[in-house]
Amino acid sequence: MTIKIDVDMTKCQHYGQCVFEAPDIFRLNSDDKLEYTAEADDSERANIEAAIDVCPMQAIRIVE
Amino acid sequence: MGGLRVAEALRRFGYAGPVTAIGDEPHAPYNRPPLSKEVLATEVSHEAVAFPQRPATEDVNWVLGTRAVSANLANSTVTDDTGLVHEYSAMIIATGLRPKRIQVPNGDLQGRHVVRTLEDAIALRAELIEGARIVILGAGFIGCEVAATARKLGCAVTVVAPGVHPIVRPLGTDLAKELQRRHEEQGVAFRMKSSVADLVGVERVTGVTLDSGEQLDCDVFIEAIGSDPNVEWLDGNDLELSNGVLTNNDLQAIRVDGTVVENVFAVGDVARFANPVFDGEPRRVEHWNIPTDSAKRVGQVLAASLAGDAVALAAAKNKPFAPIPSFWSDQYDMHLLAYGLLGLADEIRLIEGQILGDCVFGYYRRGQMVGVCGIGLRSVVQSFRKEFQLEA
Repeated sequence: MTIKIDVDMTKCQHYGQCVFEAPDIFRLNSDDKLEYTAEADDSERANIEAAIDVCPMQAIRIVE
Repeated sequence: MGGLRVAEALRRFGYAGPVTAIGDEPHAPYNRPPLSKEVLATEVSHEAVAFPQRPATEDVNWVLGTRAVSANLANSTVTDDTGLVHEYSAMIIATGLRPKRIQVPNGDLQGRHVVRTLEDAIALRAELIEGARIVILGAGFIGCEVAATARKLGCAVTVVAPGVHPIVRPLGTDLAKELQRRHEEQGVAFRMKSSVADLVGVERVTGVTLDSGEQLDCDVFIEAIGSDPNVEWLDGNDLELSNGVLTNNDLQAIRVDGTVVENVFAVGDVARFANPVFDGEPRRVEHWNIPTDSAKRVGQVLAASLAGDAVALAAAKNKPFAPIPSFWSDQYDMHLLAYGLLGLADEIRLIEGQILGDCVFGYYRRGQMVGVCGIGLRSVVQSFRKEFQLEA
């Protein structure tokens, strides 16, 4: 089973806190902008939820 | 926020019993950082800043718009402002801070604002109209963020503060001076090493008088001079409350005689705890990540303890609680990002970039890095984060 991830890029300020919680999903590119993988295996759920919690802008959500 | 995060952590670590959350604000928990930024720049509702509710915490009993007025630790009860007495097996103190206010002779005027709650931000937003003259007392993070937002909205902004430069603690002189220069470039006026002696106006504020005697005309006066912990409701229980709630490394409250209250915890910026990454000195940390980090610790320890699971409890306590302090701030097109406790430094050096552009500063105590802060260059700042991770 896969889960879909959505980041509201109008809210995201590219602080990159999510990168430390779910490094396989989120990363900062060479311009320090956030990039992410929009689909992940369900085994990543706990990491993604932790990333949601630490996002200062609360820009990340799981689309069920 | 701390309360919500504890409830979530308790469920995650297997506690399925009842949870009651008492909060004096009328809203379900919401995210505060946007209040000095987006909420002031646009029209924002509670829905836009509310934390998402998860299925696991749907059965939490939220007692909102209700303040805890006293606690009796001997009887394990909390009394709220409706007179209702709540019994508990464990209590988590997450009452946070309230903004400090100045006491002046002519203080009872309209047009005075603080920025802490959603209502504060919405009320201030209504007065930040183009051309309005704003005086902000305080040049910390909130004062500077509000100054930047008010400039964007076309207000005339003067910042009054006792320090030499804005956010000089904890940023240090060089970075703080540069921050001031960038604010001035955006049209903000500063009256540093100054304070407000009195307000001017009848019914509504029309100006402020500084301690120098100078008078500044204004339409709006904003106080951003820091916060006090909400701990008065805990009086009478012999807790050590001289600056927030003193706790041990498991966030359990400590009495004035040094003994630990096993079933009373504190989370978020009201908790004063030592972080073994730095030293044994207990500190309150007013960073956004602290409620989440401390709540996880409490959830894990408390869930194991309520289940009587000695193995899980030992496992929870095995790893010291050592959150990595982090903060960030947006002002104009400047993005500040920092890790560590910058205020501990006895030496600050530029380690990357140029101060007039993007730059990263390192903060050192006796030669050891205790903090890093950058304007831009986020990847560089992030590469130092591991310096503040407790070695396994």
